[in-house]
Amino acid sequence: MIREADDTLTIFERSKAGRRACVAPETDVPERPLDELLPPDHRRAEPPRLPEVSEPEIVRHYNRLSKRNFDLDTGFYPLGSCTMKHNPKLHERVAGLPGHARLHPLQDPRYAQGALELMWRLQDALGEIAGLAHVSLQPSAGSQGELSGVLLTRALHEDRGERRTKVLTPDTAHGTNPATVTMAGYEVVKVGTDDRGNVDLDDLRAKADGDVACLMLTNPSTLGLFETGIEEIERIVHGVGATLYYDGANLNAIMGISRPGDMGFDIVHFNLHKSFTQPHGGGGPGAGPIAVSDTIEPFLPRPQVVRRESITNGNEPFYDLDYDRPKSIGRLRGFQGNYGVFVRSYAYIRSLGAAGLRDASETAVLNANYLLAKLRQAGVAEYLPVAYDRLCMHEFVLSGEPMRHQLHVKTLDLAKRLLDHGVHPPTVYFPLVVEEALMVEPTETETKETLDRFAGIVAEILEEAREDPSVARHAPYTTPVRRLDEAAAARHPVVRQAM
Amino acid sequence: MTRYTSVTDADLSEMLSTIGVGSIDELFADIPAALRLTRPLALDAGLSEQEVYDELKALAARSTSAEDEVSFLGAGMYDHYVPALIDSIILRSEFLTPYTPYQPEISQGGLQAMFEYQTAISELTGLPVSNASVYEGPSAVAAAGYVAKAANGRNRFVVSHGVHPHSRECLRTLAHAWGMEVVEASLRNGVTDLPELGEDASAVIVQQPNFLGAVEDLTALAHAAKQAGALTIAACDPLPLALLKTPAECGVDIAVGEGQSLGNRLDFGGPSFGFFAATEALMRRLPGRIAGETRDVDGKRGFVLTLQTREQHIRREKATSNICTAQALNALAGVIYLSWLGRRGIVELVELMLQRTAYARDRLGAVDGVSEIHDRPVVREFAITVDAPVERVIARCREHGINPGYPLARDYPEHPDGLLVAITERRTRADIDRLADALGTAVAAERPTLKAQA
Repeated sequence: MIREADDTLTIFERSKAGRRACVAPETDVPERPLDELLPPDHRRAEPPRLPEVSEPEIVRHYNRLSKRNFDLDTGFYPLGSCTMKHNPKLHERVAGLPGHARLHPLQDPRYAQGALELMWRLQDALGEIAGLAHVSLQPSAGSQGELSGVLLTRALHEDRGERRTKVLTPDTAHGTNPATVTMAGYEVVKVGTDDRGNVDLDDLRAKADGDVACLMLTNPSTLGLFETGIEEIERIVHGVGATLYYDGANLNAIMGISRPGDMGFDIVHFNLHKSFTQPHGGGGPGAGPIAVSDTIEPFLPRPQVVRRESITNGNEPFYDLDYDRPKSIGRLRGFQGNYGVFVRSYAYIRSLGAAGLRDASETAVLNANYLLAKLRQAGVAEYLPVAYDRLCMHEFVLSGEPMRHQLHVKTLDLAKRLLDHGVHPPTVYFPLVVEEALMVEPTETETKETLDRFAGIVAEILEEAREDPSVARHAPYTTPVRRLDEAAAARHPVVRQAM
Repeated sequence: MTRYTSVTDADLSEMLSTIGVGSIDELFADIPAALRLTRPLALDAGLSEQEVYDELKALAARSTSAEDEVSFLGAGMYDHYVPALIDSIILRSEFLTPYTPYQPEISQGGLQAMFEYQTAISELTGLPVSNASVYEGPSAVAAAGYVAKAANGRNRFVVSHGVHPHSRECLRTLAHAWGMEVVEASLRNGVTDLPELGEDASAVIVQQPNFLGAVEDLTALAHAAKQAGALTIAACDPLPLALLKTPAECGVDIAVGEGQSLGNRLDFGGPSFGFFAATEALMRRLPGRIAGETRDVDGKRGFVLTLQTREQHIRREKATSNICTAQALNALAGVIYLSWLGRRGIVELVELMLQRTAYARDRLGAVDGVSEIHDRPVVREFAITVDAPVERVIARCREHGINPGYPLARDYPEHPDGLLVAITERRTRADIDRLADALGTAVAAERPTLKAQA
């Protein structure tokens, strides 16, 4: 067995029999024999082999691990489609208040008025931002929002006595879109992209027929471009009786500027962990509320947070959970959704207000266009041209194909070399329609100086590659580990600590 | 400019001129004029940080939390003590603010924590493969159903009436879209009474302990499922697994569950995490992220996201699930909590709950007008029925600062005055005595026969 360096030992490898961090309270009731309470045939042979470690060792272990992570509070994180904007510190403080954090989800609504009112106000605000009046906060993340959206579509059509089998997704769609379609029991039909980066309207017309249930669209698209043909798309999709679904991953470009409901979308999901500052936590938690039109409303998940004007609570309106929704698709998850996320996103909306949200989107778009122009100015375009030469929205996509061809440096190599400069790389190899894609989303919370510095770093890496491409090809050098053997990990998966 | 942005007037003019436009408006030229919002959003004006704090504090004060009353509410989420070290670790920026670890070289902390978490879940369940988390408990049951559907292509789920009502409802929501039938197995004296399974059962889905608190004979249920060629999915409460026979020992194929009780706060229902563990045979069908151990080019140990060809960003419509963002930070809290409990602590904690729950069951069972719904072994939750309108009984207990539990009527109409009572380690003998007294007084006051005599 290889003797591991101390900094990669797991908490299980730090275990030593007899150590402990938790001391349970003394038993204060008359003790009865274990066999009497839980007969031996119900009991496991051995206790779980959890680590035996003291509190100081746990704290030191996880602090050490934390130092092996790059994070948004430390540096620039222009990960396209992920909206890595600043997570205000106030939010952790308010989410931690016991009236939010220690509130049981099955508390009688009469004793949970604060939480239900917060949810109702958040629904109201999200509905206004989307331009669609009815909101369910229930979905746990974007992909569950998508799933509810397609299930709502199914419910609508079934209610009309229709059976449809296909859902359209552009070839630029996030992977979650086609995966959702399959999970919701439909067949995926891909729609092409035209030479300006828009949905190919001819292809859409050819594929939109009476068997199509829905078109799932991100607008701005994953290319960072506004679908200029959105009005025609809406006519085509609604013309065949299908629904138009808005994937809210890119909502950060248009808050207070243009609303999906006004574009004709029937169903929208929000990623509260993107546009509304829920910290991403290294892969969640998030939340994926949905906003829908009047037509879709009867089918929303249950329960729904409602304000009952008819029941008075002193002089206040009464907030309640409404289970009496006979056409509801049912539940997507337990309880009422990721309430802790709602607290943070509500605090964000209250902090910014209407003007602040619009400013956030305008600045996000300004920063993206500035960075794109700045990269061009730095001479990067020869090797990393923008995929579609238009004004972008909150993000843009470059192609590393000329760089690969001329400098023998792939997009992956550029990404790895960026790590040595203390920058998180953009999203790479997505969307799939762009060769060697590099998707850059700076967000509104970065300064001009940070954007300038990033443009300079990219130019520097290209300059270095012109002289010696092998530097980038073997990067990174300064990270806790260097390139990892992912193929071996998948061939012979080791997914738990050997005991 | 807001307090979270930093474009000064000087920056703005320089940036616009670099772009080559005259105004920010021009950047939005691609949006058709008819689709531009010509008024401000109808939202209240922004507030200063301290004003937002005050508003959120006022809202918090309008709910009654587990801090404000002696609460015996459980039914899927539990008021356990969350040790202080969890917040001090998970609020570190390095854990709180990164994205999913797509760049493993700068994400070793998060990836190693996932690997440790998976190990801990494997230890609890006995199953060899755990993913790095799913959303939460009830949707995990539906996600397990999706795995079963893909694994054997059969068209019926047999789900116990003892499975959490939210889990059953999630399963029905999805099963409808898959064109699959959901059949419920009834309970007899508190535990699952399996019907004849037939040849088209895809999975048998049970909960351990079940919603009414009863410990199920998981071995017998899994055996019956296997005989019929169906998979067994067990939704498990993770803490009782410290003592209970593991899902693996019982022959379960997929163990899922709600992870809130492992170091996560109540948060009015989320965010928490769901766990998802399975046999080796199902490894390549699991949903979500999985961290795996490997080496870097210098031979140094490291961790990566592995088996990614299952996932939506690679496999798209052929993915085993659509899940992307899951609950990494909550799962991190889970593994820190399990390390804090440790091998001895987890057994001591669960034994303490077992003893106090037995005490509570005896005390409440002795109250006039209270009877048990079943007499099966339980760990930290049990079901009673009161001989009086349960809502009125609850209201009277509340007058004494006691929330006696979750009324069963909505989900189990056959127990119109049923009450589910949870005893975590935070509820002391004194609390239980107060509950018994309050319940006794309340039932006596509300019992129809006694009232009629009075």
